[in-house]
Amino acid sequence: MQRLDVLNGNMAAAVGAALARPDVIAAYPITPQTPIVEYLTQFAADGKIDAAMSEVESELSAMSVVSGASLAGSRTFTATASQGLALMYEPYFRASTLRLPIVMAVVNREMISPQSVWGGQQDSMSVRDAGWIQIYAKDNQEILDLVIQAFKIAEDKRVLLPVNICFDGFYLSHMTERVMIPEQEKVDKFLGKYNAEHLILDPRRPMAVDPLTNGGLLMEYRYKHMKAQQAALDVMDEVDQEYGELFARSYGGAIEEYRMEDAEYALITTGSMSGAAKDMVDTKREEGIKVGLIRMRMIRPFPGKRLQKALKNVRAFGVVDKNVSFGCDTGIVYQEVKAAMYGGNTVPSVPVIGGLGGEDISLEMMGKIIDAIVQAASEQKNSETIWLMVEEG
Amino acid sequence: MKEIRIHGRGGMGAVKAAEALVYAAVMDDKYGNSIPFFGFERQGAPVTAFVRISDEPIRPKNRIYHPDILIVLDPTIMNAVNVFDGVRKGGMLILNTSHSAKEIKVPDNIEKIAVVNATQVAMDTIGRPITNTVMLGAFCAATGLVSVEEVAKKVEELWGTKNKEALYKGYEMAVVEEIDWGGAK
Repeated sequence: MQRLDVLNGNMAAAVGAALARPDVIAAYPITPQTPIVEYLTQFAADGKIDAAMSEVESELSAMSVVSGASLAGSRTFTATASQGLALMYEPYFRASTLRLPIVMAVVNREMISPQSVWGGQQDSMSVRDAGWIQIYAKDNQEILDLVIQAFKIAEDKRVLLPVNICFDGFYLSHMTERVMIPEQEKVDKFLGKYNAEHLILDPRRPMAVDPLTNGGLLMEYRYKHMKAQQAALDVMDEVDQEYGELFARSYGGAIEEYRMEDAEYALITTGSMSGAAKDMVDTKREEGIKVGLIRMRMIRPFPGKRLQKALKNVRAFGVVDKNVSFGCDTGIVYQEVKAAMYGGNTVPSVPVIGGLGGEDISLEMMGKIIDAIVQAASEQKNSETIWLMVEEG
Repeated sequence: MKEIRIHGRGGMGAVKAAEALVYAAVMDDKYGNSIPFFGFERQGAPVTAFVRISDEPIRPKNRIYHPDILIVLDPTIMNAVNVFDGVRKGGMLILNTSHSAKEIKVPDNIEKIAVVNATQVAMDTIGRPITNTVMLGAFCAATGLVSVEEVAKKVEELWGTKNKEALYKGYEMAVVEEIDWGGAK
Protein backbone atom coordinates (compact mmCIF):
# COMPACT_ATOMS: atom_id res chain seq x y z
CA MET A 1 0.00 0.00 0.00
CA GLN A 2 1.12 3.50 -0.74
CA ARG A 3 1.51 5.64 2.35
CA LEU A 4 -0.53 8.80 2.84
CA ASP A 5 1.45 11.74 4.19
CA VAL A 6 1.53 15.52 4.24
CA LEU A 7 4.69 16.96 2.73
CA ASN A 8 6.07 20.23 1.51
CA GLY A 9 7.54 20.33 -1.99
CA ASN A 10 11.11 20.07 -0.78
CA MET A 11 10.33 16.96 1.26
CA ALA A 12 8.40 15.49 -1.69
CA ALA A 13 11.53 15.89 -3.85
CA ALA A 14 13.74 14.41 -1.13
CA VAL A 15 11.44 11.41 -0.60
CA GLY A 16 11.28 10.82 -4.36
CA ALA A 17 15.06 10.93 -4.58
CA ALA A 18 15.44 8.58 -1.61
CA LEU A 19 13.06 6.05 -3.17
CA ALA A 20 15.23 6.03 -6.31
CA ARG A 21 18.19 4.85 -4.18
CA PRO A 22 20.92 7.12 -5.56
CA ASP A 23 24.50 5.99 -4.95
CA VAL A 24 25.90 9.52 -4.64
CA ILE A 25 24.33 12.83 -3.62
CA ALA A 26 26.39 16.02 -3.63
CA ALA A 27 25.18 19.45 -2.65
CA TYR A 28 26.16 22.80 -1.27
CA PRO A 29 23.81 23.48 1.65
CA ILE A 30 23.74 27.30 1.82
CA THR A 31 21.02 29.67 0.45
CA PRO A 32 19.68 29.61 -2.22
CA GLN A 33 19.78 25.85 -1.62
CA THR A 34 16.55 24.54 -0.13
CA PRO A 35 15.99 21.97 2.65
CA ILE A 36 15.92 19.13 0.06
CA VAL A 37 19.53 18.23 0.73
CA GLU A 38 19.12 18.72 4.49
CA TYR A 39 16.33 16.13 4.42
CA LEU A 40 18.46 13.75 2.36
CA THR A 41 21.42 14.22 4.69
CA GLN A 42 19.13 13.39 7.59
CA PHE A 43 17.88 10.25 5.80
CA ALA A 44 21.50 9.18 5.28
CA ALA A 45 22.41 9.93 8.92
CA ASP A 46 19.41 7.89 10.08
CA GLY A 47 20.44 4.99 7.86
CA LYS A 48 17.29 5.24 5.75
CA ILE A 49 19.30 5.60 2.53
CA ASP A 50 22.76 4.35 1.79
CA ALA A 51 23.85 7.06 -0.63
CA ALA A 52 27.29 8.58 -0.23
CA MET A 53 26.63 12.20 0.78
CA SER A 54 29.15 14.73 -0.37
CA GLU A 55 28.87 18.18 1.16
CA VAL A 56 30.90 20.41 -1.09
CA GLU A 57 32.03 24.03 -0.98
CA SER A 58 30.03 25.37 -3.94
CA GLU A 59 27.47 24.40 -6.55
CA LEU A 60 30.23 24.23 -9.13
CA SER A 61 31.73 21.44 -7.05
CA ALA A 62 28.35 19.79 -6.45
CA MET A 63 27.74 19.35 -10.16
CA SER A 64 31.36 18.27 -10.69
CA VAL A 65 31.09 15.60 -7.98
CA VAL A 66 27.86 14.12 -9.32
CA SER A 67 29.33 14.22 -12.84
CA GLY A 68 32.37 12.27 -11.70
CA ALA A 69 30.21 9.82 -9.80
CA SER A 70 27.94 9.37 -12.80
CA LEU A 71 30.97 8.78 -15.01
CA ALA A 72 31.99 6.03 -12.60
CA GLY A 73 28.60 4.38 -13.11
CA SER A 74 26.66 5.71 -10.11
CA ARG A 75 23.07 6.84 -9.94
CA THR A 76 23.31 10.44 -8.75
CA PHE A 77 21.07 13.19 -7.44
CA THR A 78 21.49 16.81 -6.45
CA ALA A 79 19.35 19.91 -6.01
CA THR A 80 19.87 23.60 -6.47
CA ALA A 81 18.14 26.92 -7.11
CA SER A 82 18.71 30.33 -8.74
CA GLN A 83 22.28 31.61 -8.09
CA GLY A 84 23.35 28.06 -7.28
CA LEU A 85 22.31 26.92 -10.73
CA ALA A 86 24.06 29.93 -12.23
CA LEU A 87 27.30 29.04 -10.47
CA MET A 88 26.93 25.49 -11.81
CA TYR A 89 26.74 26.52 -15.43
CA GLU A 90 30.11 25.21 -16.63
CA PRO A 91 29.78 21.64 -15.30
CA TYR A 92 26.00 21.83 -15.97
CA PHE A 93 26.70 22.04 -19.69
CA ARG A 94 29.34 19.33 -19.50
CA ALA A 95 26.98 16.93 -17.70
CA SER A 96 24.57 16.98 -20.62
CA THR A 97 27.18 16.89 -23.39
CA LEU A 98 28.84 13.94 -21.65
CA ARG A 99 25.37 12.30 -21.66
CA LEU A 100 25.34 11.70 -17.90
CA PRO A 101 21.92 10.67 -16.55
CA ILE A 102 22.05 12.88 -13.44
CA VAL A 103 18.78 13.97 -11.86
CA MET A 104 18.69 17.43 -10.30
CA ALA A 105 15.78 19.17 -8.67
CA VAL A 106 15.68 22.89 -9.40
CA VAL A 107 13.60 24.91 -6.99
CA ASN A 108 12.72 27.90 -9.12
CA ARG A 109 13.81 31.05 -7.29
CA GLU A 110 14.31 34.52 -8.67
CA MET A 111 17.66 35.64 -10.03
CA ILE A 112 19.34 38.74 -8.63
CA SER A 113 19.63 41.74 -8.81
CA PRO A 114 18.03 43.03 -6.68
CA GLN A 115 18.41 40.42 -3.95
CA SER A 116 15.45 38.06 -3.79
CA VAL A 117 15.06 34.60 -2.37
CA TRP A 118 11.48 34.17 -3.58
CA GLY A 119 9.99 32.40 -6.56
CA GLY A 120 10.47 32.87 -10.29
CA GLN A 121 11.45 30.62 -13.20
CA GLN A 122 14.27 32.76 -14.60
CA ASP A 123 16.93 30.39 -13.26
CA SER A 124 16.12 27.16 -15.09
CA MET A 125 14.45 28.81 -18.10
CA SER A 126 17.64 30.77 -18.77
CA VAL A 127 19.66 27.54 -19.16
CA ARG A 128 17.12 25.67 -21.28
CA ASP A 129 19.63 25.38 -24.14
CA ALA A 130 22.33 23.67 -22.09
CA GLY A 131 21.22 20.22 -23.20
CA TRP A 132 19.34 18.97 -20.12
CA ILE A 133 15.79 17.70 -20.12
CA GLN A 134 13.60 20.08 -18.14
CA ILE A 135 10.26 19.06 -16.64
CA TYR A 136 8.07 21.35 -14.51
CA ALA A 137 5.76 20.10 -11.73
CA LYS A 138 2.45 21.62 -10.64
CA ASP A 139 2.03 20.15 -7.15
CA ASN A 140 3.88 18.15 -4.52
CA GLN A 141 2.59 14.76 -5.63
CA GLU A 142 3.86 15.43 -9.11
CA ILE A 143 7.25 16.53 -7.73
CA LEU A 144 7.67 13.21 -5.94
CA ASP A 145 6.46 11.16 -8.90
CA LEU A 146 8.56 13.10 -11.40
CA VAL A 147 11.80 12.75 -9.43
CA ILE A 148 11.36 8.97 -9.58
CA GLN A 149 10.34 9.03 -13.25
CA ALA A 150 13.27 11.33 -14.07
CA PHE A 151 15.77 8.54 -13.37
CA LYS A 152 13.89 6.21 -15.70
CA ILE A 153 13.87 8.80 -18.49
CA ALA A 154 17.49 9.88 -17.92
CA GLU A 155 18.85 6.33 -17.88
CA ASP A 156 16.88 5.11 -20.90
CA LYS A 157 19.40 4.09 -23.59
CA ARG A 158 17.48 6.14 -26.16
CA VAL A 159 17.94 9.24 -24.03
CA LEU A 160 20.97 9.14 -21.69
CA LEU A 161 20.64 12.75 -20.66
CA PRO A 162 20.48 14.57 -17.34
CA VAL A 163 17.06 15.70 -16.16
CA ASN A 164 15.91 18.72 -14.16
CA ILE A 165 12.71 18.46 -12.19
CA CYS A 166 11.75 22.10 -11.68
CA PHE A 167 9.19 23.43 -9.23
CA ASP A 168 8.19 26.83 -7.97
CA GLY A 169 10.01 28.24 -4.98
CA PHE A 170 7.72 28.71 -1.95
CA TYR A 171 4.41 28.15 -3.78
CA LEU A 172 5.43 24.48 -3.99
CA SER A 173 8.74 24.15 -2.15
CA HIS A 174 7.27 25.51 1.12
CA MET A 175 3.64 24.57 0.48
CA THR A 176 2.31 21.61 2.44
CA GLU A 177 -0.27 19.18 1.05
CA ARG A 178 -1.43 15.60 0.77
CA VAL A 179 1.02 13.24 -0.95
CA MET A 180 0.91 9.49 -1.55
CA ILE A 181 4.30 7.82 -1.13
CA PRO A 182 4.90 4.77 -3.35
CA GLU A 183 6.13 1.46 -2.00
CA GLN A 184 9.91 1.02 -2.08
CA GLU A 185 9.73 -2.48 -3.60
CA LYS A 186 7.60 -1.26 -6.47
CA VAL A 187 9.89 1.71 -7.12
CA ASP A 188 12.84 -0.70 -7.11
CA LYS A 189 11.09 -2.82 -9.69
CA PHE A 190 10.09 0.22 -11.77
CA LEU A 191 13.59 1.72 -11.89
CA GLY A 192 15.90 -1.28 -11.69
CA LYS A 193 19.60 -0.61 -11.23
CA TYR A 194 21.50 1.92 -13.30
CA ASN A 195 23.84 0.07 -15.61
CA ALA A 196 26.24 2.48 -17.33
CA GLU A 197 27.60 1.16 -20.60
CA HIS A 198 28.56 4.20 -22.62
CA LEU A 199 31.10 5.83 -20.31
CA ILE A 200 32.72 4.31 -17.25
CA LEU A 201 35.65 5.64 -15.30
CA ASP A 202 37.29 2.40 -14.27
CA PRO A 203 41.04 2.08 -13.62
CA ARG A 204 40.91 -1.51 -14.87
CA ARG A 205 39.57 -0.34 -18.20
CA PRO A 206 41.27 2.98 -18.95
CA MET A 207 39.27 5.29 -21.16
CA ALA A 208 39.89 8.86 -22.30
CA VAL A 209 36.96 11.14 -21.54
CA ASP A 210 36.67 14.56 -23.16
CA PRO A 211 39.74 14.47 -25.42
CA LEU A 212 40.33 17.46 -27.69
CA THR A 213 37.78 16.86 -30.44
CA ASN A 214 37.54 18.30 -33.93
CA GLY A 215 34.47 20.11 -35.23
CA GLY A 216 33.25 17.31 -37.46
CA LEU A 217 33.07 14.82 -34.63
CA LEU A 218 31.68 17.45 -32.23
CA MET A 219 28.88 18.18 -34.67
CA GLU A 220 28.04 14.50 -34.71
CA TYR A 221 27.86 14.56 -30.92
CA ARG A 222 25.51 17.53 -31.02
CA TYR A 223 23.36 15.91 -33.71
CA LYS A 224 22.96 12.76 -31.62
CA HIS A 225 22.33 14.79 -28.47
CA MET A 226 19.52 16.64 -30.27
CA LYS A 227 18.02 13.32 -31.45
CA ALA A 228 18.21 11.96 -27.91
CA GLN A 229 16.35 15.05 -26.68
CA GLN A 230 13.58 14.40 -29.19
CA ALA A 231 13.45 10.72 -28.20
CA ALA A 232 12.71 11.82 -24.64
CA LEU A 233 9.22 12.98 -25.71
CA ASP A 234 8.07 9.42 -26.42
CA VAL A 235 10.11 7.92 -23.61
CA MET A 236 8.35 10.22 -21.17
CA ASP A 237 4.98 8.97 -22.47
CA GLU A 238 6.03 5.37 -21.94
CA VAL A 239 7.37 6.11 -18.47
CA ASP A 240 4.20 8.00 -17.56
CA GLN A 241 2.08 5.07 -18.70
CA GLU A 242 4.12 2.43 -16.90
CA TYR A 243 4.16 4.54 -13.74
CA GLY A 244 0.42 5.01 -14.01
CA GLU A 245 -0.13 1.26 -14.21
CA LEU A 246 2.03 0.66 -11.14
CA PHE A 247 1.02 3.61 -8.97
CA ALA A 248 -2.34 4.76 -10.38
CA ARG A 249 -1.07 8.26 -11.19
CA SER A 250 -0.63 9.40 -14.75
CA TYR A 251 0.07 12.93 -15.91
CA GLY A 252 -0.09 12.84 -19.68
CA GLY A 253 3.43 13.29 -21.05
CA ALA A 254 5.06 16.49 -22.29
CA ILE A 255 1.93 18.63 -22.15
CA GLU A 256 -1.18 18.34 -20.02
CA GLU A 257 -4.40 19.37 -21.73
CA TYR A 258 -7.41 20.49 -19.68
CA ARG A 259 -10.80 21.10 -21.33
CA MET A 260 -9.10 21.56 -24.71
CA GLU A 261 -11.36 19.20 -26.73
CA ASP A 262 -13.68 21.95 -27.93
CA ALA A 263 -11.69 24.98 -26.79
CA GLU A 264 -11.76 28.19 -28.81
CA TYR A 265 -9.22 29.86 -26.55
CA ALA A 266 -6.14 28.41 -24.83
CA LEU A 267 -4.31 29.49 -21.73
CA ILE A 268 -0.75 28.14 -21.55
CA THR A 269 1.02 27.81 -18.20
CA THR A 270 3.87 26.03 -16.41
CA GLY A 271 4.13 24.90 -12.81
CA SER A 272 2.09 25.80 -9.76
CA MET A 273 0.11 28.62 -11.39
CA SER A 274 -1.76 25.94 -13.35
CA GLY A 275 -4.03 25.11 -10.41
CA ALA A 276 -5.53 28.58 -10.22
CA ALA A 277 -5.64 28.62 -14.03
CA LYS A 278 -7.77 25.44 -14.10
CA ASP A 279 -10.19 26.86 -11.56
CA MET A 280 -10.54 30.02 -13.65
CA VAL A 281 -11.01 27.97 -16.84
CA ASP A 282 -13.95 26.27 -15.09
CA THR A 283 -15.38 29.64 -14.02
CA LYS A 284 -15.10 31.08 -17.54
CA ARG A 285 -16.66 27.94 -19.01
CA GLU A 286 -19.66 28.53 -16.76
CA GLU A 287 -19.88 32.01 -18.30
CA GLY A 288 -19.98 30.39 -21.73
CA ILE A 289 -16.40 31.11 -22.79
CA LYS A 290 -14.91 28.02 -24.39
CA VAL A 291 -11.43 28.19 -22.90
CA GLY A 292 -9.02 25.39 -22.17
CA LEU A 293 -5.63 25.03 -20.56
CA ILE A 294 -2.34 23.61 -21.75
CA ARG A 295 0.23 23.04 -19.05
CA MET A 296 3.79 22.77 -20.30
CA ARG A 297 5.35 19.89 -18.41
CA MET A 298 8.40 19.62 -20.66
CA ILE A 299 10.26 22.72 -21.71
CA ARG A 300 13.20 20.64 -23.00
CA PRO A 301 12.69 18.88 -25.29
CA PHE A 302 10.13 21.43 -26.40
CA PRO A 303 6.98 19.58 -27.51
CA GLY A 304 6.34 21.86 -30.49
CA LYS A 305 4.42 19.38 -32.68
CA ARG A 306 2.16 18.40 -29.80
CA LEU A 307 1.43 22.05 -29.14
CA GLN A 308 0.59 22.66 -32.79
CA LYS A 309 -1.86 19.79 -32.64
CA ALA A 310 -3.42 20.88 -29.36
CA LEU A 311 -3.82 24.46 -30.61
CA LYS A 312 -4.98 23.68 -34.14
CA ASN A 313 -8.57 24.82 -33.61
CA VAL A 314 -8.20 27.74 -31.20
CA ARG A 315 -8.93 31.35 -32.15
CA ALA A 316 -6.26 32.78 -29.84
CA PHE A 317 -3.92 31.74 -27.06
CA GLY A 318 -2.04 33.36 -24.20
CA VAL A 319 1.15 32.28 -22.45
CA VAL A 320 1.91 33.13 -18.84
CA ASP A 321 5.62 33.37 -18.07
CA LYS A 322 7.26 33.62 -14.65
CA ASN A 323 10.41 34.87 -16.34
CA VAL A 324 11.52 37.41 -18.91
CA SER A 325 13.29 37.08 -22.22
CA PHE A 326 15.39 40.22 -22.13
CA GLY A 327 15.44 41.88 -25.52
CA CYS A 328 12.28 40.15 -26.72
CA ASP A 329 9.87 42.09 -24.51
CA THR A 330 8.04 38.86 -23.62
CA GLY A 331 8.60 35.80 -21.49
CA ILE A 332 10.64 32.81 -22.64
CA VAL A 333 7.87 30.21 -22.98
CA TYR A 334 5.85 32.65 -25.11
CA GLN A 335 8.79 32.88 -27.56
CA GLU A 336 9.03 29.10 -27.69
CA VAL A 337 5.31 28.57 -28.22
CA LYS A 338 5.18 31.19 -30.95
CA ALA A 339 8.12 29.61 -32.76
CA ALA A 340 6.44 26.21 -32.51
CA MET A 341 3.23 27.62 -34.02
CA TYR A 342 4.97 28.88 -37.15
CA GLY A 343 3.50 26.83 -39.95
CA GLY A 344 0.61 25.82 -37.73
CA ASN A 345 -2.50 27.64 -36.64
CA THR A 346 -1.14 31.19 -36.59
CA VAL A 347 -3.73 33.00 -34.51
CA PRO A 348 -3.45 36.09 -32.30
CA SER A 349 -1.62 35.56 -29.04
CA VAL A 350 -1.16 37.22 -25.68
CA PRO A 351 2.22 37.27 -23.90
CA VAL A 352 1.93 37.62 -20.13
CA ILE A 353 4.64 38.14 -17.51
CA GLY A 354 3.90 37.69 -13.82
CA GLY A 355 4.94 35.99 -10.62
CA LEU A 356 8.47 37.40 -10.61
CA GLY A 357 10.25 37.60 -7.25
CA GLY A 358 7.58 35.55 -5.54
CA GLU A 359 4.57 37.61 -6.63
CA ASP A 360 1.35 35.65 -6.70
CA ILE A 361 -0.59 34.97 -9.89
CA SER A 362 -4.10 35.07 -8.48
CA LEU A 363 -7.36 33.65 -9.81
CA GLU A 364 -8.48 37.18 -10.63
CA MET A 365 -5.35 37.70 -12.72
CA MET A 366 -6.01 34.43 -14.55
CA GLY A 367 -9.51 35.72 -15.31
CA LYS A 368 -8.13 38.93 -16.78
CA ILE A 369 -5.67 36.97 -18.90
CA ILE A 370 -8.50 34.85 -20.35
CA ASP A 371 -10.45 38.05 -21.08
CA ALA A 372 -7.40 39.41 -22.93
CA ILE A 373 -7.15 36.21 -25.01
CA VAL A 374 -10.81 36.51 -26.00
CA GLN A 375 -10.23 40.15 -26.89
CA ALA A 376 -7.16 39.32 -29.01
CA ALA A 377 -9.28 36.84 -30.97
CA SER A 378 -12.08 39.34 -31.57
CA GLU A 379 -9.67 42.12 -32.59
CA GLN A 380 -7.60 39.71 -34.67
CA LYS A 381 -4.31 41.06 -33.39
CA ASN A 382 -1.53 40.13 -31.00
CA SER A 383 -1.62 41.74 -27.60
CA GLU A 384 1.19 43.78 -26.14
CA THR A 385 2.90 42.00 -23.25
CA ILE A 386 0.68 42.12 -20.18
CA TRP A 387 2.56 42.61 -16.90
CA LEU A 388 0.68 41.28 -13.90
CA MET A 389 1.38 44.04 -11.45
CA VAL A 390 -0.51 44.34 -8.18
CA GLU A 391 -2.33 47.65 -8.22
CA GLU A 392 -1.28 49.67 -5.20
CA GLY A 393 -4.27 50.95 -3.24
CA MET B 1 -13.62 24.84 0.79
CA LYS B 2 -12.72 26.93 3.81
CA GLU B 3 -9.89 29.43 3.61
CA ILE B 4 -8.03 30.31 6.78
CA ARG B 5 -5.46 33.01 7.49
CA ILE B 6 -3.20 32.76 10.52
CA HIS B 7 -1.59 35.91 11.92
CA GLY B 8 1.35 35.65 14.27
CA ARG B 9 4.84 36.89 14.82
CA GLY B 10 8.11 35.25 13.79
CA GLY B 11 8.93 32.52 16.31
CA MET B 12 5.31 31.87 17.34
CA GLY B 13 4.93 28.90 15.05
CA ALA B 14 2.22 30.23 12.72
CA VAL B 15 3.65 28.30 9.78
CA LYS B 16 3.98 25.04 11.70
CA ALA B 17 0.46 25.48 13.07
CA ALA B 18 -0.79 25.79 9.49
CA GLU B 19 1.01 22.57 8.58
CA ALA B 20 -0.50 20.76 11.58
CA LEU B 21 -3.99 21.76 10.39
CA VAL B 22 -3.31 20.40 6.92
CA TYR B 23 -1.96 17.19 8.42
CA ALA B 24 -5.13 16.77 10.49
CA ALA B 25 -7.38 17.54 7.52
CA VAL B 26 -5.64 14.94 5.35
CA MET B 27 -5.70 12.30 8.08
CA ASP B 28 -9.42 13.07 8.46
CA ASP B 29 -9.63 12.05 4.77
CA LYS B 30 -10.04 15.61 3.53
CA TYR B 31 -7.70 17.77 1.48
CA GLY B 32 -5.67 20.74 2.55
CA ASN B 33 -2.77 22.97 1.70
CA SER B 34 -0.82 25.54 3.63
CA ILE B 35 1.47 28.26 2.36
CA PRO B 36 3.52 30.64 4.46
CA PHE B 37 3.46 34.28 3.42
CA PHE B 38 6.88 34.86 2.05
CA GLY B 39 8.15 37.74 4.11
CA PHE B 40 11.47 38.38 5.76
CA GLU B 41 11.90 35.66 8.35
CA ARG B 42 12.94 37.18 11.64
CA GLN B 43 11.81 36.81 15.21
CA GLY B 44 8.98 39.14 16.20
CA ALA B 45 8.07 40.31 12.70
CA PRO B 46 4.44 39.87 11.61
CA VAL B 47 4.01 36.48 9.92
CA THR B 48 1.05 35.22 7.92
CA ALA B 49 0.25 31.65 6.94
CA PHE B 50 -2.57 30.45 4.70
CA VAL B 51 -4.54 27.21 5.01
CA ARG B 52 -7.18 25.68 2.77
CA ILE B 53 -9.34 22.77 3.91
CA SER B 54 -11.77 21.02 1.59
CA ASP B 55 -13.57 17.74 0.95
CA GLU B 56 -12.32 17.89 -2.65
CA PRO B 57 -8.76 18.11 -4.06
CA ILE B 58 -7.50 21.70 -3.96
CA ARG B 59 -5.89 23.04 -7.11
CA PRO B 60 -4.89 26.66 -6.35
CA LYS B 61 -1.51 27.15 -4.68
CA ASN B 62 -2.05 30.85 -4.16
CA ARG B 63 -2.14 33.21 -1.26
CA ILE B 64 -5.54 33.67 0.35
CA TYR B 65 -7.19 37.06 -0.20
CA HIS B 66 -10.69 36.39 1.15
CA PRO B 67 -10.42 34.18 4.24
CA ASP B 68 -13.45 32.60 5.91
CA ILE B 69 -11.61 32.19 9.19
CA LEU B 70 -8.93 34.27 10.91
CA ILE B 71 -6.66 32.93 13.62
CA VAL B 72 -4.80 35.62 15.57
CA LEU B 73 -2.01 34.18 17.72
CA ASP B 74 -1.00 37.50 19.28
CA PRO B 75 -3.53 40.27 19.96
CA THR B 76 -0.91 43.03 19.57
CA ILE B 77 -0.57 42.10 15.91
CA MET B 78 -3.92 43.83 15.39
CA ASN B 79 -2.17 47.16 16.02
CA ALA B 80 0.36 46.40 13.29
CA VAL B 81 -1.68 44.82 10.48
CA ASN B 82 -5.33 44.86 9.47
CA VAL B 83 -6.14 41.23 10.21
CA PHE B 84 -9.67 41.70 8.82
CA ASP B 85 -8.46 42.64 5.35
CA GLY B 86 -10.58 40.86 2.73
CA VAL B 87 -12.45 38.65 5.21
CA ARG B 88 -15.62 37.09 3.81
CA LYS B 89 -19.11 37.82 5.04
CA GLY B 90 -20.11 35.27 7.66
CA GLY B 91 -16.47 35.10 8.72
CA MET B 92 -15.04 33.88 11.97
CA LEU B 93 -12.33 35.33 14.23
CA ILE B 94 -10.39 33.06 16.57
CA LEU B 95 -8.46 35.34 18.87
CA ASN B 96 -5.92 35.03 21.64
CA THR B 97 -7.10 37.57 24.19
CA SER B 98 -7.72 38.09 27.89
CA HIS B 99 -10.97 39.88 27.01
CA SER B 100 -14.40 38.37 26.44
CA ALA B 101 -15.81 38.02 22.93
CA LYS B 102 -18.28 40.87 23.57
CA GLU B 103 -15.43 43.29 24.26
CA ILE B 104 -13.80 42.69 20.87
CA LYS B 105 -14.52 45.22 18.12
CA VAL B 106 -14.88 43.54 14.75
CA PRO B 107 -16.24 44.55 11.34
CA ASP B 108 -19.70 43.24 10.48
CA ASN B 109 -18.32 40.60 8.11
CA ILE B 110 -17.37 38.69 11.26
CA GLU B 111 -20.33 36.74 12.57
CA LYS B 112 -18.63 34.39 14.99
CA ILE B 113 -15.86 34.96 17.52
CA ALA B 114 -13.91 32.42 19.53
CA VAL B 115 -11.66 33.67 22.31
CA VAL B 116 -9.17 32.02 24.62
CA ASN B 117 -6.45 33.52 26.78
CA ALA B 118 -3.83 31.54 24.92
CA THR B 119 -0.85 33.45 26.31
CA GLN B 120 -1.92 32.53 29.86
CA VAL B 121 -2.59 28.90 28.92
CA ALA B 122 0.77 28.68 27.14
CA MET B 123 2.59 30.13 30.17
CA ASP B 124 0.80 27.67 32.47
CA THR B 125 1.45 24.58 30.34
CA ILE B 126 4.59 25.21 28.26
CA GLY B 127 6.12 27.98 30.36
CA ARG B 128 6.64 30.19 27.29
CA PRO B 129 4.24 32.58 25.52
CA ILE B 130 4.14 30.40 22.36
CA THR B 131 0.43 30.33 21.61
CA ASN B 132 0.12 28.35 18.38
CA THR B 133 -0.91 25.01 19.88
CA VAL B 134 -3.47 26.56 22.25
CA MET B 135 -4.99 28.41 19.30
CA LEU B 136 -5.12 25.20 17.25
CA GLY B 137 -7.23 23.73 20.03
CA ALA B 138 -9.53 26.75 19.95
CA PHE B 139 -9.78 26.38 16.16
CA CYS B 140 -10.85 22.73 16.44
CA ALA B 141 -13.47 23.61 19.04
CA ALA B 142 -14.83 26.61 17.17
CA THR B 143 -14.94 25.18 13.63
CA GLY B 144 -15.08 21.39 13.85
CA LEU B 145 -13.21 21.39 10.51
CA VAL B 146 -10.52 19.01 11.70
CA SER B 147 -10.41 16.54 14.57
CA VAL B 148 -8.44 17.64 17.59
CA GLU B 149 -7.07 14.09 17.94
CA GLU B 150 -5.29 14.28 14.57
CA VAL B 151 -3.94 17.75 15.37
CA ALA B 152 -2.74 16.35 18.69
CA LYS B 153 -0.71 13.64 16.91
CA LYS B 154 1.17 16.23 14.87
CA VAL B 155 1.57 18.61 17.80
CA GLU B 156 3.06 15.85 19.95
CA GLU B 157 5.39 14.80 17.14
CA LEU B 158 6.58 18.37 16.56
CA TRP B 159 6.71 19.78 20.07
CA GLY B 160 6.03 17.07 22.67
CA THR B 161 3.47 16.34 25.37
CA LYS B 162 3.28 19.78 27.03
CA ASN B 163 2.14 21.31 23.77
CA LYS B 164 -0.38 18.53 23.36
CA GLU B 165 -1.71 19.47 26.78
CA ALA B 166 -1.83 23.13 25.68
CA LEU B 167 -3.78 22.10 22.58
CA TYR B 168 -6.44 20.32 24.61
CA LYS B 169 -6.62 23.23 27.10
CA GLY B 170 -7.29 25.56 24.18
CA TYR B 171 -9.91 23.13 22.89
CA GLU B 172 -11.71 23.06 26.23
CA MET B 173 -11.36 26.70 27.21
CA ALA B 174 -12.31 28.39 23.93
CA VAL B 175 -15.48 30.46 24.27
CA VAL B 176 -17.43 30.74 21.04
CA GLU B 177 -20.06 33.42 20.48
CA GLU B 178 -22.25 34.23 17.50
CA ILE B 179 -22.67 37.90 16.77
CA ASP B 180 -26.18 39.07 16.05
CA TRP B 181 -25.86 42.15 13.88
CA GLY B 182 -29.65 42.46 14.08
CA GLY B 183 -30.14 42.72 10.35
CA ALA B 184 -29.43 46.46 10.68
CA LYS B 185 -26.88 46.49 7.91
